[in-house]
Amino acid sequence: MSFNVVMFYVFSAIILLFSLLTITSRRILRAAVYLLFVLIATAGVYFLLEYQFMAAVQLTLYAGGIVVLIIFSILLTHHISHLFEKPELTKLLMGTGVAVVGSFLTIYTILTYPFPEIVTTTPLPATMENIGAQLLGVEKNGYALPFELISILLLAAMIGAIVIAKKDKSKNSEI
Amino acid sequence: MQNLYDFSILTGAIHESLSRSMSPGWVTFTELVIIGLVFLLFFALLGLFLVYLERKVCAIIQNRVGPNRVGKWGLLQTIADLIKLLIKELIPIRKSDKFLFNLAPFIVIIASLMAMAALPFAKGLHAIDFNIGVFYVMAVSSLGVVGILLAGWSSNSKYSLIGAMRSGAQIVSYELSVGLSLLAIVVFSGSMQLSAIIESQANGWWIFKGHIPAFISFVIFLIASTAEINRGPFDLAEAESELTAGFHTEYSGIKFAFFFLAEYINMFIVAGIAATVFLGGWMPLHIGSWEGFNHIMDFVPPIVWFFLKTFFIIYVIMWFKWTFPRLRIDQLLTLEWKYLLPVSLVNIVVIAFLVLMGWHF
Repeated sequence: MSFNVVMFYVFSAIILLFSLLTITSRRILRAAVYLLFVLIATAGVYFLLEYQFMAAVQLTLYAGGIVVLIIFSILLTHHISHLFEKPELTKLLMGTGVAVVGSFLTIYTILTYPFPEIVTTTPLPATMENIGAQLLGVEKNGYALPFELISILLLAAMIGAIVIAKKDKSKNSEI
Repeated sequence: MQNLYDFSILTGAIHESLSRSMSPGWVTFTELVIIGLVFLLFFALLGLFLVYLERKVCAIIQNRVGPNRVGKWGLLQTIADLIKLLIKELIPIRKSDKFLFNLAPFIVIIASLMAMAALPFAKGLHAIDFNIGVFYVMAVSSLGVVGILLAGWSSNSKYSLIGAMRSGAQIVSYELSVGLSLLAIVVFSGSMQLSAIIESQANGWWIFKGHIPAFISFVIFLIASTAEINRGPFDLAEAESELTAGFHTEYSGIKFAFFFLAEYINMFIVAGIAATVFLGGWMPLHIGSWEGFNHIMDFVPPIVWFFLKTFFIIYVIMWFKWTFPRLRIDQLLTLEWKYLLPVSLVNIVVIAFLVLMGWHF
C-alpha cells in the first residue's frame, strides 16, 4: 500500500471522526473547532490530489474565513459555561433516520454510477493561468457568466449588510 | 557562477543516497522527517536569536546597553530565559475549557511552521515549491488567528477575551491589504510560485523595476503585515497597559513560550516573504551595466543575501515598534478600511495597466 493511499485513509478517518464529534459535542466552541479540523483535512485531500489552488482556497475561505467568523460570533454571544440542551428522543431518532437514509442513497449512487475508465495517469496542469483563463473564459467550458453573476450577488449582499448595520443618524441624535 | 552555491546538489546527493537503500515511499517519509527536524531546530534557534535581537535593538533605540551579563555581549541571556520558561509551573485554570486551552498554542505554532515551509532560503534550499506559493503562505498564516481566538475564549478571563476579539478584528481586516499588496507583485511577475518570482528578479528587484506602484505596495505590505503579526504599534491584542497581557494572560511556562515564539517566527516569515517578493529573495544586488560590481556581488552566497534582506526588514519592523505609540482600535480599523484598502485597490488597477502596456522593465 503506497503512502498516498495511507494518507487518504488518514484524512478520511479524520474527516469522519470530527464530523461526528462536531454534531455530537454539547459545547459550541468545541464543535466549531472540530469543524475546523474537518475543513483542514478536506484541504489535505485536495493537496493529495495535487490540486493546490483548491486546497489553498479551502484553507483561506473555510478554515481561515468562515470558521473564524463562526468563532467570532460565538465569542460575542456565548459564555464558556454554556452547554447545549440534550435533544429530545424523537428529534434524535428522526435526525438519525434522515442521516442514515441520506448517506445510504449517496453511497448507493456512487457505487452504482458507471465512472469512465481512467485514461490519463499524469495530473492535469492546474496552474494559475489555466484557472484564470477558464474562470473568465467566454468560449466552451468558460465560467465568465456565473463568475459575474456571483460577483453581483456578493456585491448586493455586501451593500445590504452595510445598509442594515448603518446607524440612522437622525434617530441617534434624538436619543 | 550561479551554480557555485546551488543547494540542489547537496539535497540531490542526500536523495540519491537514501534512494539506494529504500523504496520511494520510505525515501519521501525519511526526507519529511529530516526536513521537519531541521525546521524545528531552526525554529528554536531563530526564536532565541530574534528575542535577543529585539532586546538589543530596543536598548539601542532607548539609549541603553541591553542584556550584557550572561555570556559575551549577553548572547546567552535568551538561553537562560528559555531554561527559566521550561522549568516554570504550568498553572491550570479551574473554570477554563481545558482541551481548547491546551490546543490553542499548538494551532498558533503549527500555522507558522507550515508557512515557514514555503520560504525559499537559497537556490535549491526550499522545502516545498508550490505553484501557488504566495497564496499558500497567506492561506496557512490565516489559521493562526483561530489559535489566538481560542486562547482568549477558553481562558475564561475578560482580559483574554477582549484581547482575542481585538486581535481577530485586526488580523481579519489587515489580511486583505497583505493579500492585495502581494497580488501587485504577482501581477508583475505573472506567477504565484515563489521560485518563479525570484527568477523574474534576476535582472532587478521588483521594488526597483515596478516603478512607484511597487514601492507603494511594499510600504502597504510592511504596515499591514506588522498589524497581521500583532506587533507594535498595532499590538492592541496584548496592550500591557490596559489588558495585562491580552489573549495570553492566563498562560504560563512553556505554553506562554509557544505564543511568544510563534510571534517572533511570524515576524521572520513576513520579513522573509517581503524580501522574497519585493527585494529579490536570494538574488544578489545587481546594478545595471556595472559588470565588475555585479561579478563581485555574485560571490556572496545566496543564503547570505536572503538573511541580509530578511534581517533588514526585521530591523525595520522592530524600529516601528519602539518608535510609534500604540493605536486605538478605531484608529486601527480606520487606517485599514479607509486608507490602506482603497489605496491598494487603486494600486492594483494601476499595476495591471502598467503590465498591459508593457511599461515595466
